[in-house]
Amino acid sequence: MKRSLWPLGAFALVVVVLAFGIFNAPRNGSKIIVSPLLGKLAPQFTLPKLIDVGQQYGAGALRGGWHLVNVWGTWCGECRAEHDTLLQIKQQGRVPILGIDWKDEDAAAVAWLAQLGNPYETVVADRDGRVAIDWGVYGAPESFLVSPQGIVVEKQTGAMTMDDWRSKFLPHLGALAPAGGKGGA
Amino acid sequence: MKLRVLVIIAALVCATQVLAIDNTPPLPDPAMQQRYLGLINEFRCMQCQNETLADSNVGLAADLRLEIHELLSAGKSDEQIRDYLVARYGDFILFKPRLNARTLWLWAAPGVLLLVGLGIAVRILRQRARLPITDDDPPDASPEV
Repeated sequence: MKRSLWPLGAFALVVVVLAFGIFNAPRNGSKIIVSPLLGKLAPQFTLPKLIDVGQQYGAGALRGGWHLVNVWGTWCGECRAEHDTLLQIKQQGRVPILGIDWKDEDAAAVAWLAQLGNPYETVVADRDGRVAIDWGVYGAPESFLVSPQGIVVEKQTGAMTMDDWRSKFLPHLGALAPAGGKGGA
Repeated sequence: MKLRVLVIIAALVCATQVLAIDNTPPLPDPAMQQRYLGLINEFRCMQCQNETLADSNVGLAADLRLEIHELLSAGKSDEQIRDYLVARYGDFILFKPRLNARTLWLWAAPGVLLLVGLGIAVRILRQRARLPITDDDPPDASPEV
């Protein structure tokens, strides 16, 4: 009796292990890696601005208010897919977007923004990809929500949809009604 | 004839250099270059996740090789460089995971499984040893009860 339960027990153990793996797997594929940056101070950096040529965007600028930091490039197909979402987020007016143009050609980036619209409050050019390494970026687009204290509280890897924005990012910004909600009445 | 062999060897040597993915300039100190070669084989290319930084030809891998190159030149130790990359990309960038609370089961599992297997084997052997020896008889003899 006892002996006959051995294989069944082993099988049950395998089922439990596999079920754990399946239910804990990330939903959008195994490529999503939790950023070690979450809960930590956003990396400091100084980069030249893309549009206001000659100006620098400085280290402490990501303080004193919420910021969405979006890493993109004109060479990145997913970034084009995400662009509409960024424009909508800009329209909501809840948080300014800082664009980090990653390993890109300035002229191509300027043309892209002129053609598709510019969702960014500021765009900086990370031409050699150094700052992106500090942010742990491994595939554009990536977006980081940075708190007024400069803490990275949320991250999206890959193109953000409005659903992602509403479910993952907006809750951090508090219970304020979105622009055009309460204010209009 | 000898010259032809030499030319062929030289051509082969050049060919491997053309095929090399890593075009980061070698470090001046050979020992440091060895450490560099060791390190770029330790880290995962985050974009093409089953390749090492040494094997990958995507832009980010080249950037990270250059970063490691510069950290070595700046006198950082191998462990400091590992910390640097893990702080940015997480444990996933290491092909050989570190031993910590989250990876404990990963490291312990083979040993635990081996012990479980040994335990089962010992039990079975002990049970067998306790059985009375009954097959002294020739194989075709009828069993006695």
